[in-house]
Amino acid sequence: MIRALSITKGIHDWLFSIMSENAAHLVEMILIALVYLAIFAIAGLFLVLIERRVAAWFQLRIGPNRVGFQGLLQTMADALKLLSKELTGTEKADKFLYNLAPYFVIITALMALAVIPFTQDFHAFDINIGILFLIAISSIGVIGILLGGWSSNNKFALIGAMRSGVQTISYELSIGLSLLTMILITGTLQLSEIVEVQKNGWLIVQGHIPAIIAFMIYMIAGTAETNRAPFDMAEAESELGAGFHTEYSGMKFAYFFLAEFINMFIIAAIATTVFFGAWLSPFGITESIPLLGVFWFLAKAMVLVFLMMWFRWTFPRLRVDQLLTLEWKYLLPLNLMNIVIMALIVWQNLTIQF
Amino acid sequence: MSYFSDIYKGIKTLLTGMSVTGKYFLTSRKGAITQQYPDNRDTLKMFDRFRGEVIMPHDEENRHRCTGCQKCEIACPNGTIEIIWDRGIDEETGKKKKKIDQFVYHLSMCTMCGLCIDVCPTDAIEWGQNFENSVYDRTALTRVLNKPGSKLMPGVED
Amino acid sequence: METNFKSEEYFINMGPQHPATHGVLRLLLTIDGEIIKKVEPDLGYIHRSIEKMCERDSYQQIVHLTDRMDYLSSNINNEAVCLTVENALEIEVPNRVKVIRTIIGELTRISSHCLWWGVMGMDVGALTTYFYGFRDRELINDIFEETCGARLTMNYNVPGGLMFDIHPNFIKRVKDFIIHFKTKLPEYDRLLTNNVIFHKRTKGVGILTKEDAISFGASGPVGRASGYSCDVRKHHPYSALDKVTFNEALKTEGDTFARYEVRIQEMWESMSIIEQLIDNIPEGEHRVATNAVIKLPKGEFYQRVETARGELGVYIISTGTKNPYRLKFRSPGFSNLSLLNHIAVGGKIGDLVATMATLDLVIPDIDR
Repeated sequence: MIRALSITKGIHDWLFSIMSENAAHLVEMILIALVYLAIFAIAGLFLVLIERRVAAWFQLRIGPNRVGFQGLLQTMADALKLLSKELTGTEKADKFLYNLAPYFVIITALMALAVIPFTQDFHAFDINIGILFLIAISSIGVIGILLGGWSSNNKFALIGAMRSGVQTISYELSIGLSLLTMILITGTLQLSEIVEVQKNGWLIVQGHIPAIIAFMIYMIAGTAETNRAPFDMAEAESELGAGFHTEYSGMKFAYFFLAEFINMFIIAAIATTVFFGAWLSPFGITESIPLLGVFWFLAKAMVLVFLMMWFRWTFPRLRVDQLLTLEWKYLLPLNLMNIVIMALIVWQNLTIQF
Repeated sequence: MSYFSDIYKGIKTLLTGMSVTGKYFLTSRKGAITQQYPDNRDTLKMFDRFRGEVIMPHDEENRHRCTGCQKCEIACPNGTIEIIWDRGIDEETGKKKKKIDQFVYHLSMCTMCGLCIDVCPTDAIEWGQNFENSVYDRTALTRVLNKPGSKLMPGVED
Repeated sequence: METNFKSEEYFINMGPQHPATHGVLRLLLTIDGEIIKKVEPDLGYIHRSIEKMCERDSYQQIVHLTDRMDYLSSNINNEAVCLTVENALEIEVPNRVKVIRTIIGELTRISSHCLWWGVMGMDVGALTTYFYGFRDRELINDIFEETCGARLTMNYNVPGGLMFDIHPNFIKRVKDFIIHFKTKLPEYDRLLTNNVIFHKRTKGVGILTKEDAISFGASGPVGRASGYSCDVRKHHPYSALDKVTFNEALKTEGDTFARYEVRIQEMWESMSIIEQLIDNIPEGEHRVATNAVIKLPKGEFYQRVETARGELGVYIISTGTKNPYRLKFRSPGFSNLSLLNHIAVGGKIGDLVATMATLDLVIPDIDR
């Protein structure tokens, strides 16, 4: 039976046998980083194409289907085009911050990818404060947006960055509280332990009513975190140019753009892990086939990503003050009430176990 | 309590909106209104009255119906039509008659208003359905509508 | 453009090329944080001197220039000039022409409102409404293409009637379209009108009182949403409009949502007008012969019609020659734009975009 652990253990032993300890550790770390960069790049390309085709199907069109079979090479072509563009910059822009801003968002996205359990033992970084780590990382991403807006020396970009910053830090509160609601059932913050607890039934089933409310609040707050419609005031195309990334072109713009899609995937991945039982199959039907967990995980994450795309192409945009009203007057009180209900249910052992 | 009922009503309207787009998503394979243009040139048929460009039909013996009366040149609002004509001796009656040398039509200036075709007394010009008129060189848009060596169809002036 | 603004205010230019201003309109905004202090429109980017060109063209040639003013209701613009000329020459067109002109005018109104609905959704952020609106507009464009030959600038009316008779398929296509569209308008309601986010964006935003509407000269759906009954089709009927019965869509709140609802209601009313006329188009000639060179008698002539945007007026001063001495268009967009500063001050930038979407401005109409 081939488990992911046995593959990695084999490589680990081989490396240690042919070079000294420090060098072997270093090579291992570089290999893992390269694997994750590859996942990041491929997932980004794939997600952009999926977004364009799904958007087209909602709008009674056919999406890109010329470049490559059914358009699979379309994003490669766009990436090559972006690579060949001139990296412009405004003359009074703060050069250091202007160049630094995209790297913040990329690095936080990659760090968040590292803790997600794709399947049994396919875990780059399984620390015992997994959920806390994820929430902390998403807070660092705000800095990239604010820096990008400020250093562009452009009034539109600044307005966009300010709006986006205020939106992100408000909605992080809702994400944290709704994830906390589920931690009440599992009792641990470590992501692999959370998946172990879900072998008795997915968490959204175990914590019936409050779990469903927590899931809905999480999806709304997650869409707001990544600045996607209906919360995309920061980059509202029909209002103020392109928001905080107006002045970026070429590869730096590609970074912001890819980071948005990877963030969407991360929000969906966290929801899959905490609510829908990461790589576990429904009713445990295929537990015996190893490495199939990746397929289940990706399927569940893709359904949630599709849901976020459906939101984007149906609803109008909310105004900035309405965004904040939604969070502070509606989502936060509901979240707090929900935690109390969930605590009551766990205390009285009313959860559904299989 | 109206707090909760507001939330409920709001969510219900959002879900109805999603059902509309969801329905179009599910029927997207045959409901797409895109016409894959360069591939469907064989089956693409424009309507008869479509205003593509002005053409002068010639019959099998290379004859047209334009008598050179210049009514279309006067009716055109911006000078798209220029008729180069000459007085020649008509073979049958021996009298001097106008005949056209070249019917110059500047496609680049034409607004497709149709006044020239409206006033023509002999139906010499009519609408063609060809809309693929892009060229690399702007002088190719100045067309001469009557074919070389063509003559007037007899019996048109009646 | 004065420059004595306080230094903590921001001065933003929503420039001529902008996705939210429908055409080339430049707005100079003075904002304080998110609140708008002053809006100043700057026009003239698409001025093509149509009125001057009309002074050198003959009366049949003027008609094709009006197509390009408010290109979304081009048939109604053509009808306006033709009616002015016909009233001046005191020609009576046959009933068939009147009925066909009314049907085509109402179809143009529905087509313009379909595009308006699509763009309204796009401006507030729901990006799929654009395509649904255009899908229905394509059906109307096909009807026009089969009968008139063109999809946008039709030039089908001439002084004296129509350029050629309607196509035999016209009646069947219009009936099929009505049946199809009646299932689509409730869908539009489900997608956008009843949406709670849309209500929050548009209710109570950009309020225009009735006195202000009358004093600024607002017409069309903008005026009707404030309670000012200004439908030219009711007060000064032309063509076959005195033979049909329809309701005027009036609302009293005067905010953005009221203007939205008035236009949706107008689409239903237009469909009912077409249904009343489509089955009994009288037989007859499609054109009354006029002289080849039309000369209007000396004097001044005015005719007003109701385009999709409001009241369009055509004013001709003639000295008896074959060109008009002066021709002036009273365009609805110009008066509607003048109230933008009045209703947008005090709101936010998002409100400005929603308000401009419901004013339904077409800049070539304003700049001519």
